Amino acid sequence: MSSRVDQLHEDPLLRAIFGKLHIESIPWHDPIIMGAGAGMVIAAVAVLGLTTYFKQWKYVWSNWLTSVDHKKIGVMYIILALIMLLRGFADALMMRAQQAMASAGGEGFLPPDHFDQIFTAHGVIMIFFVAMPFVVGLMNVVMPLQIGARDVAFPYLNSLSFWLTASGAILINVSLVIGEFAHTGWLAYAPLSGIEFSPGVGVDYYLWALQIAGLGTLLSGVNLITTIFKMRAPGMTLMRMPIFTWTTLAANMLIVAAFPILTVCLAMLSLDRYLGMHFFTNEAGGNAMLYVNLIWAWGHPEVYILVLPAFGVFSEVVATYSRKRLFGYDGMVYATMCIALLSFIVWLHHFFTMGAGANVNAFFGITTMIISIPTGVKVFNWLFTMYRGRIKLDLPMMWTLGFIITFVIGGATGVLMAVPGADFVLHNSVFLIAHFHNVIIGGVLFGCFAALNYWFPKAFGFKLHVGLGKVSFWCWLIGFYVAFMPLYALGLMGMTRRLSHMNDPVWQVYLIVAAFGALLILAGILANIAQIVWSVVKRDELRDETGDPWDGRTLEWATSSPPPFYNFAVTPAIGNHDSFWDAKQLGQAYVQPEKYEPIHMPRNTATGLLIGLVSVPFGFALVWHIWWLALLGFVAMIVIAAVHTFNEDRDYYVQPDEIKAIEDARFALLKTQKEA
Amino acid sequence: MSHPANPIEAIKDELKSAYDHNPNDAHDTHDHHHQDEETKVTLGFWIYLMSDCILFATIFATYGVLKDATAGGPNGRELFDLSFVAIETALLLLSSLTFGLSMISMQANKLKGVMGWLAVTGLLGLGFMGMELYEFNHLIHEGAGPDRSAFLSAFFTLVGTHGIHVTSGLVWMAIMFVHLSRRGLTSANRIRMMELSLFWHFLDIIWIGVFSIVYLMGAA
Repeated sequence: MSSRVDQLHEDPLLRAIFGKLHIESIPWHDPIIMGAGAGMVIAAVAVLGLTTYFKQWKYVWSNWLTSVDHKKIGVMYIILALIMLLRGFADALMMRAQQAMASAGGEGFLPPDHFDQIFTAHGVIMIFFVAMPFVVGLMNVVMPLQIGARDVAFPYLNSLSFWLTASGAILINVSLVIGEFAHTGWLAYAPLSGIEFSPGVGVDYYLWALQIAGLGTLLSGVNLITTIFKMRAPGMTLMRMPIFTWTTLAANMLIVAAFPILTVCLAMLSLDRYLGMHFFTNEAGGNAMLYVNLIWAWGHPEVYILVLPAFGVFSEVVATYSRKRLFGYDGMVYATMCIALLSFIVWLHHFFTMGAGANVNAFFGITTMIISIPTGVKVFNWLFTMYRGRIKLDLPMMWTLGFIITFVIGGATGVLMAVPGADFVLHNSVFLIAHFHNVIIGGVLFGCFAALNYWFPKAFGFKLHVGLGKVSFWCWLIGFYVAFMPLYALGLMGMTRRLSHMNDPVWQVYLIVAAFGALLILAGILANIAQIVWSVVKRDELRDETGDPWDGRTLEWATSSPPPFYNFAVTPAIGNHDSFWDAKQLGQAYVQPEKYEPIHMPRNTATGLLIGLVSVPFGFALVWHIWWLALLGFVAMIVIAAVHTFNEDRDYYVQPDEIKAIEDARFALLKTQKEA
Repeated sequence: MSHPANPIEAIKDELKSAYDHNPNDAHDTHDHHHQDEETKVTLGFWIYLMSDCILFATIFATYGVLKDATAGGPNGRELFDLSFVAIETALLLLSSLTFGLSMISMQANKLKGVMGWLAVTGLLGLGFMGMELYEFNHLIHEGAGPDRSAFLSAFFTLVGTHGIHVTSGLVWMAIMFVHLSRRGLTSANRIRMMELSLFWHFLDIIWIGVFSIVYLMGAA
């Protein structure tokens, strides 16, 4: 397979036009890749065809593609995450199947060259294109509502951020069919990822997909921090912000502080590959360990960028379903910020075996263990919130309970590996794989599912089906344990990660059990899909007219579901972090004001979408050395952005009559609801 | 569960005044709206600049790690011509001063002064970039290109990243020029000038780091 990427055009003209791209760059003879590629193309054509058939282009264009509404953008982020979850999980299934089949000397069905691409794609997709967009999407949908804002600080920038992220995802998917993906593992350690050992285009796809998506993430970080600092409702001091908003703030501060390191690290690897520089090469003074240090100086904060918002979700859920004020609000805030700070001084624990010396390892081992203290504070806060609460075991609460138990186990194995001596034994073993899936599935993913069930009615006006949700929850929870507990055992038995073939019949039993666990998780994912589809079908039965289906505590529940495009007709005033709950208790919620004032709102723009769309051929051209196209794409992006600055008709005022009509309908609905 | 006295009641007066200054407030005058926009954009731009600062910090750290990895090739003492760099530095520092004069003209509502000083700033920036490109070209022809050693990779990347930023600043200035000539000192253009000036002074500060750490320490 690697031979096909070495095919070069003989003709200099063809080479100038197509770069390294060749008809043989497409693996025509690989049934797995061609099948997957055909599936993607058919799905895309089906979506486009259905949109055309039902004449929905105008609606899709003006309500979604060019929208700058934070709620719409957030939903699009989450849709992107769910689609990419299917791709990332397909990779996981193939790995589990391969290892189960090829662990007792069997051949399996994947050649090593393909297996390497699969584990790389799995990691890259799950972190960058599932967990990140899911979390950023949640922050987008929920945070402005929680602080009583009408949109984010820079709505057009927000749309641009999303489309850059989506472009990165498109580029990754193109790599499946045209050319190859990196064989290097999800962090593309040098010198393996250098041009000498990875001469194909796989690493280039990796680099440009992440650079484009990473730029989107950075811009979104700037945007959301500014939103939180400048657009809170009156009376909402920092210490009255809901915890999810706090964790959003912390995560975005981490994004702004950590993503530039990733940008530089990947840019230097690109310079090595494209211009023959020597940052991370084996010769001319290059230093490969510099790459590993830099990538983890971003990589460890990244873990907390993902998990802190999930902690925020659990904090909201646990207070709502225990019908109690969150225990230890202040402690929760300080613990969050403490974790954010500490996340920058632990990166070396990812490579204790580098040989930095006992003192350096001891320092990073201790800082790593210290992180478990604020995390422990959070766990106890959740437990004490439940203590003597009137707990209602709805779906979000089930995911939260599953999280608390699972995450504590994952945290404990993490502290175990924070001991450098123990890490020397466990480094790069599947024990490590089990540990980080334990915290990422148990923490981030369970948080995302809790959030999906919790805020879905806010975004769409109807709840998700409970029965199918329970099926999904139990399949995921049990499936997780069945899939990953055997890996802990295998790690202790000495199995290292990323093995495509091995010959040890004792291991095979564990790997077959793990593969069975992956099938259970597959059932969970199918139940998730069924839950969403069935809920859409039965949306009239599941509809929530109040805007507050769970008897919520924070501001997002004060408006209707789905909220009007301006979120709040009158900016709410805040006296406490559970002010909506207080207002309900005092009978002050749902009071219609006598008159409305004009509301200042941003206009839609296609600029973000256009720049995002152009960045796909731009990245593709860089991957394949098609220089004219890269230059054209680059200039086009600059020109589009510059032209946009000349459009000064970017906002308008919604008039009181229009607001009154929308709000009258809402209050009439509330009235019939109350009478019924 | 017991409830404290209405928590909103206690701060009612405070709320009333806070409401008057709420960024989302519906009935603010156009002037108010401009101020809100300016504080938002300026904060956002500062946050972006801080992330850019970390970007440069990472490259500085890389340079620090690799500066002795010359792989038998030339080192800084053999390559750097301090008097050349002194002129380069003078051009850039002077351009910061002229940008400041442009901003003073803006405070005085003198469009011609704004555009004139902006043009001078742009010319000084172009001069700086010309000298930098000349230096790069010279080094490459001497066989001291970025692919010669890790030290030179780091040198070209650090100085070049600063240069790319200066170039984007120049492109921005060109667009700014069109904005100013078409619409004059509108509130949107004032905000743009404010951010462009922050950007330009920021690049000056970064250059002082480059000048001290790369050139002065390298030539010593």
